[in-house]
Order: sequence, then structure tokens, then C-alpha cells
Amino acid sequence: MNLINETIRIGLLRSKLELKQFLRQRESLVFTLFFPVILLFIFGSVFQDTIAPGVTFSQYFVAGMVASGLVNTGFQQLAITIPMERDDGTLKRLRGTPMSVSSYFIGKALLVTFLMIIQTALLLFFGTALFGLNLPTDVTSWWTFTWLIILGSACSTVLGIAFSVVPKTGRGASAVVSPIVIILQFFSGVFFVFTSLPTWMQQFAALFPLKWLTQGMRSVFLPDDFASQEVVGNWEIGRTALVLSIWLIVGVILAVKTFKWGRE
Amino acid sequence: MSNAPAIEVRGLVKNYGSKSAVAGIDLRVENGEIFALLGPNGAGKTTTVEILEGYRNATAGEVKVLGFDPATKGEAGQRWRNRIGIVLQSTSDAADLSVLETISHFANYYEKPRDVNQVISEVGLEEKIDSKVRELSGGQRRRLDVALGIIGSPELIFLDEPTTGFDPEARRSFWDLIKLLKSEGSTILLTTHYLDEAQALADRVGVINNGRIIEIATPQTLGGRNNAPAKVCWLEDGVTKEILSKDPTAEVAKLSQRFNGQIPELEVLRPNLEEIYLKMIGELK
Repeated sequence: MNLINETIRIGLLRSKLELKQFLRQRESLVFTLFFPVILLFIFGSVFQDTIAPGVTFSQYFVAGMVASGLVNTGFQQLAITIPMERDDGTLKRLRGTPMSVSSYFIGKALLVTFLMIIQTALLLFFGTALFGLNLPTDVTSWWTFTWLIILGSACSTVLGIAFSVVPKTGRGASAVVSPIVIILQFFSGVFFVFTSLPTWMQQFAALFPLKWLTQGMRSVFLPDDFASQEVVGNWEIGRTALVLSIWLIVGVILAVKTFKWGRE
Repeated sequence: MSNAPAIEVRGLVKNYGSKSAVAGIDLRVENGEIFALLGPNGAGKTTTVEILEGYRNATAGEVKVLGFDPATKGEAGQRWRNRIGIVLQSTSDAADLSVLETISHFANYYEKPRDVNQVISEVGLEEKIDSKVRELSGGQRRRLDVALGIIGSPELIFLDEPTTGFDPEARRSFWDLIKLLKSEGSTILLTTHYLDEAQALADRVGVINNGRIIEIATPQTLGGRNNAPAKVCWLEDGVTKEILSKDPTAEVAKLSQRFNGQIPELEVLRPNLEEIYLKMIGELK
């Protein structure tokens, strides 16, 4: 028996099962997949001015929402659901079977990827349909978009798994995790124009992946000359890749070292 | 290999800080038997079983389950889990999946799974096959737990307090299921609070208290039950009389002679397992 093939095969089966369970929980379905669209609707209706020539607030906001979607479907979702699975016996039961922990991680990662694709597609669809969102037309931007999504969701997944040891109970997980995500969203320029934030806030945000994902997504969705209005005057694409890669490595190490099946 | 015991434990100790939950246990469970572990809450039952299942690591001692140390990590540990089945206590996972989906999915984890439909009919969930797990009653939920525990054709099954919260009828039919599993050749380690359950199912019982095994015996002989004096009761002159005797047959014969045949309201009572058990754990407190 080839163990690696087996691990991947079970991982794929787990992702199917995870997705099935996710789609049957109506609350999480609506909250995770449609919440960004609802926010876009609210912010897009309230702030209708342009923040630079040819750049509407909606355009700016979509970049931030695509980036924070990566944090929602990965980090937030996993850091809340894994403690719940620890409480309801899911993890304990799995621990008692021949399934390997890698298969479990594969299942989670694929679930996150799938949710993120749907969420992003919904956001772009409603953005263009209702708020005059301009999608990029050049190959470079789509390429940046693609690797940001892949790197960002990988980062978000492993950090979510790593953070899942922090909440003491499944029930309290949301109260621990959600404020962190919301604060990071405010500090990272998702809800406001980043350059209008106080410097200390900008610097604090720069320690975490979301600020870089948001900025990277702005390079995708905003005109090139908008780069001059960023804090350092350009998109810092190289540095974004570097910061996200460091967080990915840190996340993998933490996830593997700290993951707990039970509460012992 | 068939003579090797399913479970062999020597000098098992588990400490939490300065407190020891398990204080030196020796245990041997033979292949094909149902062994019941009895003991009050906090006696070290669950800790012991969870060490055997590989959920916890022992502080000291030697543990072999199917010839294998359950604490082994990695691929070998994964292989070993193909051969055991764990029926957990009170879980509420998989709520949004159907019975069939859950069992079919778990079948994929094992090298030689049993037939999914056969397992479903063995545990008596045919009519609930498409029901969501959250819609099952407590008893049905435990049947699903058993189905998930046996889907991988385990050689050894761990059953942790399987019938807690069952009504009497559900318990009887659950016992039949356990007997069926035994007849199919599985070894079963059962923990329970119910003495009648141990009596109905177990080949041998072990009583555990304060982290130690007090006695291991068959349900019939535990605590010297077979030799304990029996109570003989009868009605005489309008009052119930009783005597304790090591030889109740002789007492009954004497009474029969005295009453010239029929003894009014005759009863011969051996101490039941529960009385013996309560005495055992009471004495040691």
C-alpha cells in the first residue's frame, strides 16, 4: 500500500465530506460566503465618492474584501470550527481510526480553497454587476491575483490550524477569533483607505499577512498609477511575497507542532 | 500468535502531577473474550482504557494491545488502528451527515472494511439509513457509534459505557448486538456502570478502584459470591423469617420436612453482583 497515495486519497474524501457538512449548515454558509457581498453592498451604497481619479471606493473596497475573504474562509473559519470539532468528538473519533493527520489537513485546505473560490467569484460578480467594479485586463495583474490567492489561502489555512489550540472551548472560539480578524481588517485598510490610518496602526498591521494581501490585491484591482499613493509609493510586490512566505513557514511549523486531537 | 492475549498490561501507572489516576495495574484480556472493567467514577477506568486506545501516554508500565504499544506514533500506529475499533462515550459529531454517509465514509479509512449495509443492519439502523445524525435518538446514536467502531473489522473492540441512558428494552437489544460481535470472533473490552450488564455480557470482570485492580473473576465468582452465604426466606406464623446459610439446599430440605411439602413464600437469594461490588468498593474506601 502506498502510504502517500492513501493519505491523499483519504484527504480528497475528507474534503468532499467537509464540504458536504459545510453546505448543510445554513448559518455558516450564509455568513462565510455571502457576508463579504453584503458588506460590499453596504459600503458601496454609503461611500459613493471616488478616492482618486477613476478609482471608486467600491473598487478599493473589493480589493480589501477579496484579501480579507482569504482570512475569513481560512484562518477565522478553521480557528473556530476546529475547537468545535475538538469538543463534539469529531477529532477524538478520527484519532482512533487509521486516518492520518495529513489527510485531515488536506481535507481542511481543500475546503478552504473551494470556499474561497466561491466567495471571491461572488464578490467579483456582484461588484461588476452592481457597483461598476472594473476587473483587471492585463495578464500580470491576473498572475499576481492568482499567486496571492494561493499563497494567501495556504498561509491562512495553516495559521487557522495553528491558532485552533488557543480557544479553550468550541463555544467560545468565535468570541476569541472574530475580534482579532475584525481589528486586523480595520488596521489593514480593508474598511478605510490605508494611508488615512494613523502611522502606528499602519506599522502594527504590517506585521501581519492581511495588510500585505490587501495591498497586493490593490495592485491587482487599482490602476498602476495609484501605487504612488501607497505609503512607500509603490506596491511592494516582492516584499509581500516575502512576508507571506515567512508567515506560511511559521504557520506550518506551528500547526504541526501544536495541533491537538484532544484536550489532555 | 493466536495464544497471545489481546491485551497485556503490566505495572501501568498514570500520574497527573502528583496525583496518580492509575497506580499500578496488571491486566490480561484473552482473545475472543468479553472483559468488563467495573469501577466508580474517578477510579481510573477511563484513563486505563484511553491508554489502551492510544489516546493517552502511560507514565510507567508495559502495555501491549494486539502485541503492539498503543503509544507508537506514525505509520505503524496508523496500521495498528486498522485492527482496533473504538466506541466512544458521548460524542455529537457528524450531525449534518446521514447515517449511510457517515458509515460509508469511515469505511474508507480501513484496509479491510466490512460491508456497509451489513453493518447498518447488524446495528439495527436500516430504517434510519438516510436520516441525519442529529435526528437520531440517544440509543440510535450509540448504535451508530458501534457501527463506526466495527466498520473496520476490528479484532478488538473498546466499548466505553455503551448503554448509559438507554431504556431497558434498548439495552437488551444492544446486548444482543454485543453478543453477536463476540460470536463473530471479536475481543471486547467493556467499561460499564451497570452490574447487570457486566453479568449478562462479560466472561470476566475486573473491579478497579483508586487506580488499582481489586479483583478479577468471572461474574459468578467475583468477591466469593459463589461461596457467600445465601439468604433463605419463608412465611411462618404471619411473619417473614430468614436465615443466612452456606448450605441453602439443606435448609430448604429441613423446612420442607417441617411444613410437610410446601414452604410458604419460599425465596433463596444469593447476593447479587451489585451487592458484592458495592461491598468491594466500599471496603476499600
